[in-house]
Amino acid sequence: MATTWDAMLAGKSGVSALTEDWAEQLPVRIAAKVAVDPSEVLDRVRLRRLDRSEALALIAAAQAWNDSGLGDSGLDPERLAVVVGSGIGGAQTLLAQDDILEASGPRRVSPHTVPMLMPNGPAAYVGLEYGAKAGVHAPTSACATGAEAIAWGLDIIRSGRADVVIAGGTEAVIHPLPIAGFASMRAMSTRNDDPERASRPWDKARDGFVLGEGAGIVVLESAEHAAARGARVHAVLAGAGLTSDGYDIVQPHPESEGGGRAMRAALRSADLDPLEVKHVNAHATSTPVGDMAEIAGIRRIIGDHPVLTATKSMTGHLLGAAGAVETIATILAVRESVIPPTINLDDPDEGLTLDVAAHKPRSLDIPAALNNSFGFGGHNVALIFTRA
Amino acid sequence: MTREEITSGLAEILEEVAGVNPDDVSEEKSFTEDLDVDSLSMVEVVVAAEEKFGVKIPDDEVQNLKTVGDAVAYILKG
Repeated sequence: MATTWDAMLAGKSGVSALTEDWAEQLPVRIAAKVAVDPSEVLDRVRLRRLDRSEALALIAAAQAWNDSGLGDSGLDPERLAVVVGSGIGGAQTLLAQDDILEASGPRRVSPHTVPMLMPNGPAAYVGLEYGAKAGVHAPTSACATGAEAIAWGLDIIRSGRADVVIAGGTEAVIHPLPIAGFASMRAMSTRNDDPERASRPWDKARDGFVLGEGAGIVVLESAEHAAARGARVHAVLAGAGLTSDGYDIVQPHPESEGGGRAMRAALRSADLDPLEVKHVNAHATSTPVGDMAEIAGIRRIIGDHPVLTATKSMTGHLLGAAGAVETIATILAVRESVIPPTINLDDPDEGLTLDVAAHKPRSLDIPAALNNSFGFGGHNVALIFTRA
Repeated sequence: MTREEITSGLAEILEEVAGVNPDDVSEEKSFTEDLDVDSLSMVEVVVAAEEKFGVKIPDDEVQNLKTVGDAVAYILKG
């Protein structure tokens, strides 16, 4: 996590060329892979029973849990919940086991197939790892999943069902089928000859998103529980807003009508005035329509004052993990008073009238920040974080 | 094939599938109690053993294979 943050502040792109044989025929041959492969962290036998998305979730959860200091705190398992979602689930397992079925027949299909491909698998494995007994949940809302999981976590704590929630998202679908599917929608950048410049939110030359993989997990804790044990608090999850567009299965509303309502709901949930929101970590995926629609929504609901960034310019789009990874970037921006840059914003779209931390990180006092996530299906999630 | 050869072949499979230390594998060991092989991994062991030793081990038979020795005896018969 610390190294990802350092790389963000340095404006380093994680996108590279796909050199695998299977990528040769694809119209898109770039992606942002995790810097540390799960095989460097988890043992071989454990990995055979985990989909890559589950392995990444467990690795991220371990980092978050170790950071929380809850491991030896005597936390009652019945007060610990998990909310971890994935946009697509165990697609790599499904496709690999289908290859085995076709080539060798049903008896050779792994008995671990179902727990590896089920969409609740990452949540269930994280729950097992930490003995969570207050409920294990797996929201699925495409590219809003990670943020939705964190919003559910807030609800669980506010309703008193748990004191601590391990929440976030995971995704690992750098595989020819999902890439071909997104490419057929004309949703992805085809800047294959220049991977590090392919993800360029708000830039005039943007031509689609770049697929990333990874997981983002946070530990949410009620203020009382955290205070009682003297926990080190990074930031406060002050509010969340969830809405749906009722507009189109994949097209964003051109004025971000539903996204705007999510931002307004988050402000209400946090009991904040829009003027207090000094920074927005935008959903901005580098697609022609979506990037500017979100700008319209931010201007309408928050105003013209916040400083924006789009960390997807560096990480690519982690789909179901995006909202969680960007939540962590937002939390660290609030804590460290510095906004990670938006790289590749060389020639801003004329409609971009808001201030963006382009090219370089921006130092700024941030009492409150907003993180937006929108997903195919018309899912909108806005999260607001305030200083601890 | 000798009993020893089958035992060592099973040890290889158990290491690959379930991470069992081959030194821990001997005929009197129970798959679940001593070697900590869970039910899903046992399915993998059976399929791998069928392939390695060229035998058929029907699902009905698997429940009778409590120990490594039970499996060795079944494979020798087959």
